[in-house]
Amino acid sequence: MSAGAELARPVFRRGPAPLAWPRTLLTGWFFQLKMQAQSGFMVLTALVQPLIFASIAMTDQQAGNRTLPLLYYALGAGIMGIWSTVVFGCGGVISWQRHQGMLEPLVMAPAPFVLVLLGITLGTATVGLYSMGATLVWGWLVFGAQLHFASPLLFVAAVVVTVVSLGLLGLVLGSSFVLYRNSNAISNMLEYPVWLITGLLVPLSLLPGWTHPLAYLLAPTWGVEALRAAAIGGDSAIPLLWCLVASAGYLLLGIWLVRVVERRARQHATLNFQ
Amino acid sequence: MSSSAPATSDLAVEVHGLCRTYRTTTGTLRRRRLEVEAVRGIDLEIGRGQLFGLLGPNGAGKTTTIRVLCTLLLPTAGTVRVLGMDVVADARAVRRQIGYVFGGDRGLYDRLSAYDNLRYFAELYALEPSQLRRRIEQVLELVGLHGREKERVEGFSRGMRQRLHLARGLLHDPPVLFFDEPTIGVDPVGAREVRQLVADLARSGKTILLTTHYMFEADSLCDRIAVIAKGKIVAQGSPSQLKAGVSDRTVVEVKAYGIGAPVLERMRALAGVESVAMEVSDQAQLLVVQARDADQLTGRLLQLLEGVRVERIAAREPTLEDAYVALVTAP
Repeated sequence: MSAGAELARPVFRRGPAPLAWPRTLLTGWFFQLKMQAQSGFMVLTALVQPLIFASIAMTDQQAGNRTLPLLYYALGAGIMGIWSTVVFGCGGVISWQRHQGMLEPLVMAPAPFVLVLLGITLGTATVGLYSMGATLVWGWLVFGAQLHFASPLLFVAAVVVTVVSLGLLGLVLGSSFVLYRNSNAISNMLEYPVWLITGLLVPLSLLPGWTHPLAYLLAPTWGVEALRAAAIGGDSAIPLLWCLVASAGYLLLGIWLVRVVERRARQHATLNFQ
Repeated sequence: MSSSAPATSDLAVEVHGLCRTYRTTTGTLRRRRLEVEAVRGIDLEIGRGQLFGLLGPNGAGKTTTIRVLCTLLLPTAGTVRVLGMDVVADARAVRRQIGYVFGGDRGLYDRLSAYDNLRYFAELYALEPSQLRRRIEQVLELVGLHGREKERVEGFSRGMRQRLHLARGLLHDPPVLFFDEPTIGVDPVGAREVRQLVADLARSGKTILLTTHYMFEADSLCDRIAVIAKGKIVAQGSPSQLKAGVSDRTVVEVKAYGIGAPVLERMRALAGVESVAMEVSDQAQLLVVQARDADQLTGRLLQLLEGVRVERIAAREPTLEDAYVALVTAP
């Protein structure tokens, strides 16, 4: 350690702080993605489970001579995988950051904590893309699913919007995970009900009417509808729009929650693991 | 963002009547609420450019105090200001002006390289993108990690991790630095380098609050020291002022084997003996006996130790550690 070395003063960014927020968010997203992409557990969660569900759904489709194409089921399984990654990822990542002693330095940084947390949840949702890719390739290789997309550009847009909306939903969940040390228990409870309610396992029309309002509040409902419409054919613009509306709602709710939760975490001393 | 302090006061840190209570619950079926008072009304003032030591046993409230100063905990009562800014009302402004370096293995992204760890935090501290690389290289050079920056942190030794903590704390050149046991678990050579760096930073005008369990570290580094015990400041002053508090004492160190509890009790009962502290190292017992107005203390101790294998017994001048022990063990 060259203790006598002189440090030149650092140069800080000029201009209004909000101008730097996109860059801060992008950096957080990149490093989160980099870390999670190296995590064997996350990759396996994102890869293996969706393949099992995709296989069951596609085998069922072939055996039952259903009219919907295999791609329909592959996409549903893919979104299931992204959702699992978001739910487990947000819970796991926050707990992991707490265990690693990272929550404190992150909260202590002057950047808004909501940006830090959003980078984490968006990175997590992006890792979920493994699921989408894996189920499509699996369906094509093993079950002979036709990967012809009715509207490739809209499909890509739907993937991006769905991942962003799930990342934003992760922000809403993630804020509660900052506050409670046993947040993994909450995430375990959330995985299956959301699969069911949002029409990823069975079409919404088969579910009781009282579940529909809840489904409409959840981004995966609109995301999978937009993806299926862009891939198989149909109107993907409306579900895409609703997905964006839901995302905006999650963002506003997330900003408010993070502010409340950060204050409560400082009040109740839940940022570290001691 | 500017690194210059916004307030004009000569004080960098002002703590008045700080209290912090933790609320917790116990029991499975019958939940019972518990309240633990970690900090009970402390007052501290640290001048700009001062190197201030906060000493105390585990659980005394040192880390809680630092966490409040670092805006990580809200005080239950009292006011806390850093460079004139309130840590509750102006938390974000305070965060720009402070650096927190804590000891231990945690607090770094293991799967990222040292460079990426710093790169991420440089972004969070709003460093100018075009200056990032240069600044990161500077701090890496300063802490002696230059050339190792591309390696993943998971392969780093404890000393290297500690250096990386330091680098992160210095990245944004904060005028106020909090060091929470920065040499804990670091090998002697590494610890000496960390101490040298802390001293250099203090000389360059930084205000530093340091907590440590190593008394010689506090003695050699700090301008002023506060001793905290059971959540309260029990003494405050320069190291020499604190040592003066025990200057009337005689301290005898004994290295022996096989001292039983009854012998220790008899030592404590000797006239003038203020405290008897014992540490066990390998097979040996290391005793530090402090006494006031005690004539012939060495001889009287040797009488009590008859039949015990005594390897060494020697009287010496009281040190800061003796002053500390006297303060934190006082009833």
